[in-house]
Amino acid sequence: MKKLMSLIIVATLIFAGFAQAESLKIEGSTTVGPIADAFAEYFKSNLGISDITVTKNGSGNGAAAIADGRADIGIMSRFMKDKEFAACVSKGVMPVAHVVAMDGVCVAVHPSNPVKALTIEQVRDIYTGKITNWKDLGGPNLAIVCITRDSASGTFETFEGLVMNKEKMHDKTEEVASNPQMHSRISTTKGAIGYLGLGFVDYKVSALTINGIKPSRKTISSGAYPISRPLFMFTNGYPKLGSAVHKFISFHLSEEGQEIVETKGFVPLTDY
Amino acid sequence: MSKPEEGNKSVNNEPVTRGRESLVLSSSQNMRGLIYALLGKWSLLTVAALSIVAIILIFVFVSKNAYPFFKEISILTFLGTNDWHPTSTDHPSYGALASIVGTVYVTINSLLVAVPIGIFTAVFLSDMVSHKLRNIIKPIIEILAAIPSVAYGFFAVKIFAPWLQNEFGMTTGTNVINASIMLAVMALPTIISVAEDAISNVPRELREASYGLGSTRAETMFKVVLPAAHSGIIAAVILGMMRSLGETMIVWMAAGNALNIPSPWWDLSQSVRTITATIAGETLEAARDTMHYYSLFALGVILLMVTFVLNLVSEYFLRKAKIKH
Repeated sequence: MKKLMSLIIVATLIFAGFAQAESLKIEGSTTVGPIADAFAEYFKSNLGISDITVTKNGSGNGAAAIADGRADIGIMSRFMKDKEFAACVSKGVMPVAHVVAMDGVCVAVHPSNPVKALTIEQVRDIYTGKITNWKDLGGPNLAIVCITRDSASGTFETFEGLVMNKEKMHDKTEEVASNPQMHSRISTTKGAIGYLGLGFVDYKVSALTINGIKPSRKTISSGAYPISRPLFMFTNGYPKLGSAVHKFISFHLSEEGQEIVETKGFVPLTDY
Repeated sequence: MSKPEEGNKSVNNEPVTRGRESLVLSSSQNMRGLIYALLGKWSLLTVAALSIVAIILIFVFVSKNAYPFFKEISILTFLGTNDWHPTSTDHPSYGALASIVGTVYVTINSLLVAVPIGIFTAVFLSDMVSHKLRNIIKPIIEILAAIPSVAYGFFAVKIFAPWLQNEFGMTTGTNVINASIMLAVMALPTIISVAEDAISNVPRELREASYGLGSTRAETMFKVVLPAAHSGIIAAVILGMMRSLGETMIVWMAAGNALNIPSPWWDLSQSVRTITATIAGETLEAARDTMHYYSLFALGVILLMVTFVLNLVSEYFLRKAKIKH
């Protein structure tokens, strides 16, 4: 009995030692950063893995961090480019992509605006300044106020990549620094058009149907809605089952993980 | 109480040695004192030098990072063209004219609002109001300076912008007018307190001489006191100007941040973006050691130089104001 007890004690000590030794280094996209941050917070308070660092310095650095082995998880808002993938392979690293959430950007207008649907091309023409009045789109005679996000934001990156097609926005495009600020500008400005994460859309702004598809959790998670993209976490090979890395990249499948994804303004992959 | 007596005795009994022991320091004490004095002097000098060193380092750091930019892009393109697309992969362009014009618009208009209000408030506080009331009003005005700028910005976006849109039918409420008025409110405490100091420092004899010649209070104020205090008032205006010029959060939230030069030029209901907002908005994304990164430092150099010159000018006027009285 005594032996068994001591064995148990030793075993717990060893496990405790292992649990403490587990650390996670995460690096990459500023878009996926908030999800990784919130996951890390949950892991720290509920799973006792305290040594998690999240560095947000862009998707490119996420790929580089995996290639150099300086991070366990590289977070990216796009898939690796050929070059980045090749760099990994040449260093003996096998990048494996895990999609943890979908990012859908809703184009929204003031609720009083009768325009309810646009095509991607029309949205682009508005932002490049080819269309400047709502009457050209079947709306009232009202000047369009274009609002964009700061170019450091992931939302801007998504919009720019999926809508603007490398064309420049016109000079009068206003810029705001956050989703809530975008929401308040759209909801208080009659002629406004802007874009924001699905999680921030409510009755005070009217999210437009784009190319005939209404933005919703379903259309974004299935990828039918045209302004949506997957968000990735890259690891070197598939992580050892049960390891901290494995728990982290599969956390989005749990109910808590999905809730976190949603509170950060993104769309979970699965319905809970 | 007994010590002086003892001293007297000792002087009588053994005057030389006792006196030496108590008054003259031994060589080791002497050394220690010297070292302490030097240590104190140098450590205080170091502390005082820290801020100077900080300023020099800021200048060096910013210029060093702006240098690669000016090496490649001519200063004329930078200051004279309005095409700011530093992130474009195909053909990036670095024309900062819109940011500079935006800064000028917002600064000048905020002064147009703040200077008259500020000077009249200063006149009121220094010459018209009772001491008791002044002691109530002044702290309240100074609270304006303590409000965090993000709170002004929040007010500008949530309340002031919709109001401008609904009441005046402006297309957008985050524009030059909005930002200027917010900045004016924020710069008021600075202008008021410096101008008030200048006005109340004008000697009483001047005022009394003026009254003695039969001038009214208004004539005395506008023809004697204000001209006499002009150096301090100019300094107040410049200090207020520097507050507006360097402010970031308010303009970042209230000015709309469109890279736009208002046309026609007098249309203040259009959005603009200032130099500070451009730097604040783009620093996070600009990858280190790229042209975009350097270009933001180039903007920083411009801002630093302008504030440096303004600071010198205000220093000159403040000194002049002090010498006169």
